[in-house]
Amino acid sequence: MKKRLIGLAMAGVMMAASLAGCGENTASTETGSTSAESAEGAVWKIGGIGPTTGGAAIYGSDVRDAITIAVDEINAEGGINGYQISYKFEDDEHNAEKSVNAYNTLKDWGMQMLVGCVTSDPTIAVGEKTNEDNMFMLTPSGTAVACVQYPNAFRVCFSDPNQGAASADYLANDAELSGSAIAIIYDSSTQYSAGIHDSFVAEANAKGLNIVSDSAFTTDSATDFTVQIQAAKDAGADLIFLPIYYLEASLILTQANNMGYAPTFFGCDGMDGILTLENFDTSLAEGLLLLTPFSANDTDDLTVNFVTKFQEMTGHVPNQFGADAYDAVYAIKQIAEAENLTPDMSISDICEGMKTGITTITFSPALTSGTGITWTADGEPDKEPRAVVIVNGEYVMTE
Amino acid sequence: MSKEKEQSLKQEETDVQNMDNMDIVKKMSRKASRRNYITYGIVIAFYAIVQILKATGHLSAHFNGLLVPLTYYAIVAVALNLVVGILGDLSLGHAGFMCIGAFSASLFSVVMKQTDMPSGLRFFIALLIGTVVAAIFGFLIGIPVLRLNGDYLAIVTLAFGEIIKNILAAIYLGYDETGLHISFKSFTLQGEGKMLINGAMGIQGSPTDSSFTIGIVLLLLALIIVQNLVNSRTGRAVMAIRDNRIAAQSIGINVTGYKMLAFTVSAAIAGTAGVLFSHNMSTLTATSGYFGYNVSIMILVYVVLGGIGNIRGSVIAAAILYVLPEMLRGLNNYRMLIYSIVLIVIMLVNWAPKALEVREKIKAAITGKLKKEAD
Repeated sequence: MKKRLIGLAMAGVMMAASLAGCGENTASTETGSTSAESAEGAVWKIGGIGPTTGGAAIYGSDVRDAITIAVDEINAEGGINGYQISYKFEDDEHNAEKSVNAYNTLKDWGMQMLVGCVTSDPTIAVGEKTNEDNMFMLTPSGTAVACVQYPNAFRVCFSDPNQGAASADYLANDAELSGSAIAIIYDSSTQYSAGIHDSFVAEANAKGLNIVSDSAFTTDSATDFTVQIQAAKDAGADLIFLPIYYLEASLILTQANNMGYAPTFFGCDGMDGILTLENFDTSLAEGLLLLTPFSANDTDDLTVNFVTKFQEMTGHVPNQFGADAYDAVYAIKQIAEAENLTPDMSISDICEGMKTGITTITFSPALTSGTGITWTADGEPDKEPRAVVIVNGEYVMTE
Repeated sequence: MSKEKEQSLKQEETDVQNMDNMDIVKKMSRKASRRNYITYGIVIAFYAIVQILKATGHLSAHFNGLLVPLTYYAIVAVALNLVVGILGDLSLGHAGFMCIGAFSASLFSVVMKQTDMPSGLRFFIALLIGTVVAAIFGFLIGIPVLRLNGDYLAIVTLAFGEIIKNILAAIYLGYDETGLHISFKSFTLQGEGKMLINGAMGIQGSPTDSSFTIGIVLLLLALIIVQNLVNSRTGRAVMAIRDNRIAAQSIGINVTGYKMLAFTVSAAIAGTAGVLFSHNMSTLTATSGYFGYNVSIMILVYVVLGGIGNIRGSVIAAAILYVLPEMLRGLNNYRMLIYSIVLIVIMLVNWAPKALEVREKIKAAITGKLKKEAD
């Protein structure tokens, strides 16, 4: 028995060791796929973290690909301040613990600035570490309030409370919708949904909106929504607010249709992407309103260029996560050039430069804001929320 | 149970007839304690190697970050092995006990962070709180659950784990000028106040007090407690229940009592692991990624791979299986696939009868050669 145990341990250790060896070898070659080493030696090392496996993989993959596009474009035009960018993306499985591991991996690689993380929970955990190291961090899509609690962290997207309050304001200001009976269906087990929900309810009460039904589900039960829809229907709601991601929203739209119930649906940026969902009858989304900073159907050159390149690379239309990430890379470029930063500076010096730079510039042109983006020292972006409505299977800007 | 184990038990039975009872117990415990010291030695040696690497600057930030998670998964694997291996009941709810330990301790730490309590003392008390609260819940859950056996017990513990997680993900707890509030619906605080548990957003801003050294000390403590328990009179009673419940009952062993004891101790140790978990990061949320049944099953994988009932194996398996997917990062998207394949291969190599046969042959060949050379 004892010998067998030792054998077991040895076999395990040997296997782990040999595999660990493979892992490291391939890691050093993998970076070549997305980086362009500069001849002079000094390069910017920008890292990204997000989920590319697991349930939230679609968001992380879009961010990874969008950053790749931005980095390749910038490198082709001579890089940031004359220095090329080397870029590496690590998977965190939408798990804070794994995200910290990913961050440490990138630190070993020599990362100087972080574009990430993609989801809120990991962003908060990694934020703690970047603050210790004083590394500049710009999250494309970490929406929870605490994501940017430290002075070195900034975000491109709106925070959850901002979105909830903006949604309530939009409804209160809209002549047709302000009088409607509102039902809310939200996911109480995610920060994103619960965060928007709470601030929406607070703002709606302040503005005198009429909320008639408020029901929750959890990620574990996100397949059958008939109970919540029935509750909304029984309460006589003619508008349903859905601060959730589009996968669940598509099920709600389908199930409401099967029940013969057709209220107006109103969503937030997580709803973006519903038209590209496979096997979803897009006619059900007709008339759906959503608050999003980015519309892939915009006709300005910047959007068209990004969407075309993204489609060539991945075969699908980018969602706003990708657009936020693309903006994040270009914002870093603009700030670093304005502050005259170079990659041979220390991580902490770069961070200090970026921190002063980000509050003084107006970032434009931006994919996710028509008027450019400015930042405040507390990490929040300042840009106009825009609402789009789905007409004939396309996103159309309202007003 | 494997045939081999049965055989060895039979062997022991016949031995019992031949030898004086006291002699056997002494011999067994001497052998057991030697085995225990090897386990402690492995853990301490690992700690020493890591410290040397750290001091000489050979440790990457990546591996350094893996050290604390490695210790708490090893601890919870030891805890689960007590239930699965020694008590012989399948529990799929250990992530739930981790969750309770994590939340109760973090709650304490977040409140006490505002006072000027020294961080060492605060973490010590947090550890005690997490352990005790998890033990209480283990005891309470054990009352109805331990009336069941086998698969039924597994499913009920699974359900309890999920209930714990879902309740903690829905609780809002905060205080303000008007007092303490607790609710399943979100509320706004009046004036000066603080949200302690914010529903799905969990507990934010718990101090990161966990360190590798504390983790190793706690792992050693868990090992000492479990291994001494196993080699004690109590442990023998627990194993008697595992091997034959009716026989154990017939000679007057208090089945429910001993089962409860083992289950509660196991829950308490899992709670300790939870405290380490929650104090390793500043954010704590009760989501499936951290405390779902997937995590419970992952811990079970550590136990099964390390060998059911083999405490040392659990520690080694937990360490290897936690580090493995991280070391495969270079393989990008294939790493999850490769991790699964490696898992299957390791299982087969370690436990398939044919593989064991081949390994024995190789071992025999090598030792035979060595003997020849020696001659």
